Parts: sequence; structure tokens; C-alpha cells
Amino acid sequence: MVTTKKKLKISVDHNLEERTIKRIEVNAEVSGKKPTGKINFAELRAGGFIKQRQKDKFTVRLKCPGGSLTLDRLKTIVAATEKFGGGQLHLSTRQSMEILHVDYHNFGPLVDMLKESGQDVASCGPRVRVPNACGGCEYNPNGITDTQKMAEVVDKKFFGLRTPHKFKVSFSGCPHDCIHGTSADLGFIGGVWPVWEETSCTGCTICASACAEGAIESHPESGKPIFKAEKCLYCDDCVRACPTNSWTAGKTGHSLRVGGHHGRHPVNSAMVARFLTDEEAEAAIGATIAWYQKAGEGKGRIRLGNLLMQEGQMESYREALADAIGPEKLVEGIERPHKITIGR
Amino acid sequence: MAEVVADKFIDIASEVCPMSFVLTKLALDELEDGQVLELVCQGGDPVRNISIQLKDEGHMIVSVKKEPDGNFRLKVRKSG
Ligand code: SF4
Ligand code: SF4
Ligand code: SF4
Repeated sequence: MVTTKKKLKISVDHNLEERTIKRIEVNAEVSGKKPTGKINFAELRAGGFIKQRQKDKFTVRLKCPGGSLTLDRLKTIVAATEKFGGGQLHLSTRQSMEILHVDYHNFGPLVDMLKESGQDVASCGPRVRVPNACGGCEYNPNGITDTQKMAEVVDKKFFGLRTPHKFKVSFSGCPHDCIHGTSADLGFIGGVWPVWEETSCTGCTICASACAEGAIESHPESGKPIFKAEKCLYCDDCVRACPTNSWTAGKTGHSLRVGGHHGRHPVNSAMVARFLTDEEAEAAIGATIAWYQKAGEGKGRIRLGNLLMQEGQMESYREALADAIGPEKLVEGIERPHKITIGR
Repeated sequence: MAEVVADKFIDIASEVCPMSFVLTKLALDELEDGQVLELVCQGGDPVRNISIQLKDEGHMIVSVKKEPDGNFRLKVRKSG
């Protein structure tokens, strides 16, 4: 039994609830055992502590936005695991480091120790989760967008906000979509609109050979490209392979997919916008969260994709999105998230 | 346009990444700045990757010829 010195007032508004509790440091006295430190219940409520099968033991999930970790933080994690964990770390499926076998009496000192190196605990439950990202343009050869920077932006501005259900944002640097934007609530995918300039082109046909989508054919005589825009996936390969820089990036930015998730009833996300700047991507995230909080009110734990499949909701969401990033960025034609059929 | 004379030649048409890249880099290592490497590689993925990697590293592809068998013959001027 846990007795607390102060009675906590629980308000109905979850966002407010978390903010209120965050300011109250609670001294936990655990019957029969000596507390090893203060337990801040706000830390627990934000999630990231997952009960294991073993008695008293928890997995503590650590925040690593975009899967990145400084050596300082890593060293602290190792030291904290030696002290409070079971000598083993686990990499979560969404790029977080997890300390296993932590006795809940040690939550306080563990969190304090991690905090000293700037390492925070992640979240779980119905809120904005730690963003995922691939290496993007920072070091991945295919990367078009700065996915690591965007993961930091989401972490700073939106992490932990309450939403009707879990809310996962991912950033892939190019249409390979290694971070699975198709199964994220919001999936950003880097892309380039290629533009060709004739005079500098030597007709070498490298671009046609480089394009894996068959979007570029070579003129039978001149060897110069014939562009089939409808097949283009915006991958940038022609731009990067052309020896004379005849192909250049007309537009660069994030495509936005919305409403995907995995789980028991997986849903494939729908493409809603293209070539967003970093600032527009940020605005789109804010607008999506606000819309989701409002449209999902009173509907229980409902994932964004399931909400968007309901009648009229995609239309309403697109309006909110157009307000935030401008209607010209939206793709034409309404696509909706759709269930992926899996065997039982 | 006068034909660029190559200082070294490699055939990497039977190689795939990362060997194709490593062999190209090793061949370039043997050349001075401004000298030209001639190489033959397959079309599709190989020619895409080699072109992109060479450009990324600042070298200049000065001539490209598609061979009847679908392979590409590139001449690359070393830079840096
Ligand atoms: S999505 Fe593109 S940039 Fe990101 S890891 Fe995959 S290939 Fe690289
Ligand atoms: S951007 Fe990619 S898909 Fe589009 S034409 Fe260029 S190589 Fe093909
Ligand atoms: S790769 Fe560049 S130079 Fe060669 S055909 Fe294509 S556009 Fe022209």
C-alpha cells in the first residue's frame, strides 16, 4: 500500500491533470519497505514505466527521439542500469532504450540519476509519443529531409500531449520510408520534385537507368529523358545521378501521410499533403493534434486513423490542415486510411 | 568534343555494392587530382549508385557511354 502525505485532486482534463500533479513532489512511504527516495507521481503518470511479469519489476523506457543518443547519456544509462536494473538493456521497436528489471522503489533515484545527463523517461498510453526518425539527410545516402532535426522539434514541442489514443509521428528521409510512415499516425516522407533543363543535357541516359520507377524513358535518338510525371515517386535519384546537373530539385519537402497504425487491426495511412517545408510540417502536426483532440472528444480510446474513417471526418480534417499549411499543399482527391486485411 | 583520355581503367561490371564502390575508390586513390579513371559498370542500380557516390564525393563524370550490352562506360575526373 502506498500512502501519500497529500491528497491529490484529480481533474477531468487530462492535460491539466498532468500539469497540476507535476508540481507536487510526493514522499512515498511504502509499507514494509524503506523508500529509497522521492517518487514524483508526475513522472509515473507521463508513462514510460511498464510493469513486467516479475513481482515489483518494471521496464523503464527512455526517450531517444529519432533513435539518437549522445555518449554521455549512454554512459549514464549504463551506470544507472548497473545500479538499478538487471544488467540488460532492450531496444524497443520504436527506437527507445529500455532498462529492464527495475524495482519500483528505485524509480526516484533512477530518474534523478538519468536526468543529470539530460536523459528523460519516454511515455506510453494515450499521448504524443517519442518521435521516430531515420538518419535522413544528415548521413543517409538517400536522405532528402532533415529527419533528425524534425524529431527534435516534435520532442520539444509536442511530446507527452494528451490525445484520445496513442499518437505516433515518424520521419523518413525519402520514399524508401524505412520508418514506416504508412503505419504511423503521422508519417512524414522526404521527397523532391525533379525538374529537367534541356540545354545542359548530353543524352547520356543515366537518369533513365537510375529511375527505378520507370518515370524516365530515353528518347530513342537523342537519349534525352522523357518524363512520365504520374510514375514519379519523388525519390531524387535522377537529380543526384545526372552528371551534368540537368535534373534539379524543383520542390523539396515532406509528404504527409495520416492515420496509419499497426496492432491487432492495422491501418494503412492516407496521403494528404506534399512538399511541406519544415515549418509547415510543424504546423501540420500542431493542427492535427488539435483536430484529433477535438474530433475525438467523447469517443473513447480511438486511433486517429479509425476516426478519419468515419463519415465526414477526413473532409473536416483536411479543412483544418488547409487552414494551417494552405490548401495548395493538399493532395487532390480524398484518400482515406484503410484497414489492412490480415489472416487470423 | 575531343575524347577524354583515361589514365586508368577498371571493369566492375560483375561487382555489386559495396565492392563496386571500394574498387572505384581504390582506383581513384592511385590517381592524382585531375587525372581520369575509366570504368565499366552495369546499368540500373550500379550506375545509379556509382554516379551518385562519385558526385557526392566531388568527382566529375566527364563522359558517359552506354554499351550495346546495357553496361555503362564512365570517365571520371578525380577531384580531392
Ligand atoms: S527512408 Fe530513405 S533516408 Fe531514411 S533510412 Fe530509408 S533510405 Fe535512408
Ligand atoms: S525523382 Fe525518382 S521516381 Fe521521380 S523521375 Fe527521378 S528517379 Fe524517377
Ligand atoms: S542523366 Fe542528365 S545528362 Fe544524362 S540524359 Fe539524364 S538529364 Fe541528360
